[in-house]
Amino acid sequence: MSQEKTSTRATKMSSVVLLIIFITLALALAALILASYEYVSDPFVAGFLVLIGILGLALSAYVILQMRRHGPRPSIEVPPIMTTIECKKCGYKNIREFQRGDYIFKEGEPCPKCNEKTMVTAIYREVKEKDKEKERSRV
Amino acid sequence: MQMAWLITAFNSQVLKSQFGSDPFSVILNLLFYVIFIAFIFYGQRIQLYVMLREVEGSLYKLKFIKEEGRKVAIETIKEIGKPPTDPTARVDRFLEYFTIAPQNLDPAGIVWKLEHILDVRDVRLKDEVKMMAPVADETQANNLENTLEAAMALNFIYKVIRHFYLLGKKTLSLYVIMQIQMLLPMIMREAEAYASALKAFAFGQPIGDGAGALVAGKLMHGYETTKVQKDCVFATVPIEGRTVYVIKAEGPGGNVGKPGDAIEYVVNENKGKIATIIMVDAAAKLEGEEVGEIAEGVGAAIGGPGVDQFKIEESTLKYNIPTNAVIVKEDIGDAVSPMRKEIFDAVDKAIERIKQVILERTKEGDKVIIAGIGNTIGIGQ
Repeated sequence: MSQEKTSTRATKMSSVVLLIIFITLALALAALILASYEYVSDPFVAGFLVLIGILGLALSAYVILQMRRHGPRPSIEVPPIMTTIECKKCGYKNIREFQRGDYIFKEGEPCPKCNEKTMVTAIYREVKEKDKEKERSRV
Repeated sequence: MQMAWLITAFNSQVLKSQFGSDPFSVILNLLFYVIFIAFIFYGQRIQLYVMLREVEGSLYKLKFIKEEGRKVAIETIKEIGKPPTDPTARVDRFLEYFTIAPQNLDPAGIVWKLEHILDVRDVRLKDEVKMMAPVADETQANNLENTLEAAMALNFIYKVIRHFYLLGKKTLSLYVIMQIQMLLPMIMREAEAYASALKAFAFGQPIGDGAGALVAGKLMHGYETTKVQKDCVFATVPIEGRTVYVIKAEGPGGNVGKPGDAIEYVVNENKGKIATIIMVDAAAKLEGEEVGEIAEGVGAAIGGPGVDQFKIEESTLKYNIPTNAVIVKEDIGDAVSPMRKEIFDAVDKAIERIKQVILERTKEGDKVIIAGIGNTIGIGQ
């Protein structure tokens, strides 16, 4: 759980940094374009703008390279695993999160309805619809 | 002389039209030419650095996954096995464990040599696990063994990629780094699959590969089971008026057993009077196919190093027994990670298909073998 939080924080951090980089990049490009207009009227200002533009470009390129080198901290996703418990006698069914020691065909606790022994009938993970869509082929 | 002057004048005109009179555009044009020439001479080198960076990124991720695998293995051993001393050093030694395949210059009899080596490996790994986790019962020890094997696979993947990365960096050979960069997406998928398998093995959750074992488990549940070598069980189940011997690896611990030996045993016990053998297994799907699709065919549906497939084929050939196969399709990621709902639901469809095969291919009173192949972790009987 804490790992998931860390990974979300890392993703947020990197998107903020990316936004800053893109703003710097846009400003640098604007400075270079302005420099080309300013060149005829005031070469000194144009030179200054070119310097700012190149500095901005170099800085954003450097930060992007550094980010690519380290990247966001990877994390291993643990999907939720569900256990289905059923009572064969009265048909009682309970779906809960997997607990260590569960296995299919394991006889479990007594049925809350008829007091007969229940059994683990299924243990599975559900894949999100979004991921299923990604898998599906259109051809 | 006049000619030379004409050429110079022409060249300066061309240059003027190319670069323009504005010094700013001259600088931009020159910059463009410099970049163009640099790409002609150093294009491949630049490509190499881009590829190296890409591999470096994946290597960083692989290192994290490998470390996570090692951590999960150590934590699980400490939690379940209650070792008297810190198992870290022993786990690190285990992760470096290797197996040498038998010499194949003279391939006759190689299956038995391979089987012997695999048996020795299995015994050795089981002993190591017992020493690491003395309190663990048989099921837990099997799960721990599977966890350690997944960690071992991740360690190996990381080391191979690191080897090619460093070799590419050292030699600056585009072709060394290119081959690993091209395979990287598939390798990363496999590593990610092993990473999710780690938790499944540590907790004893059923995995996608257990689809065949689950089919057999569902068929034999409620009937008396008999242990057969090695790590397998079978039950005699009446289905559609036939006597069906259902075989699977003994669960719920992580175990694939030796279904080859179990089938051979049942065939010999019945003196070869078996109408058909139906093998059920999880099989790799092609991209575009749905997870949990059922397909039917002939032949021994079993993966692994090939020893069991060889034994099954020998037995069926000896008594001329037809072998049918029913497969549940899934990709490598699904096979080693916790069982997906689609695969779980496909098990009932597979059972229906098996019953159809029995009705179509055998007569009432016949004897049939159904072998559920795969890792039976998290699946009882």
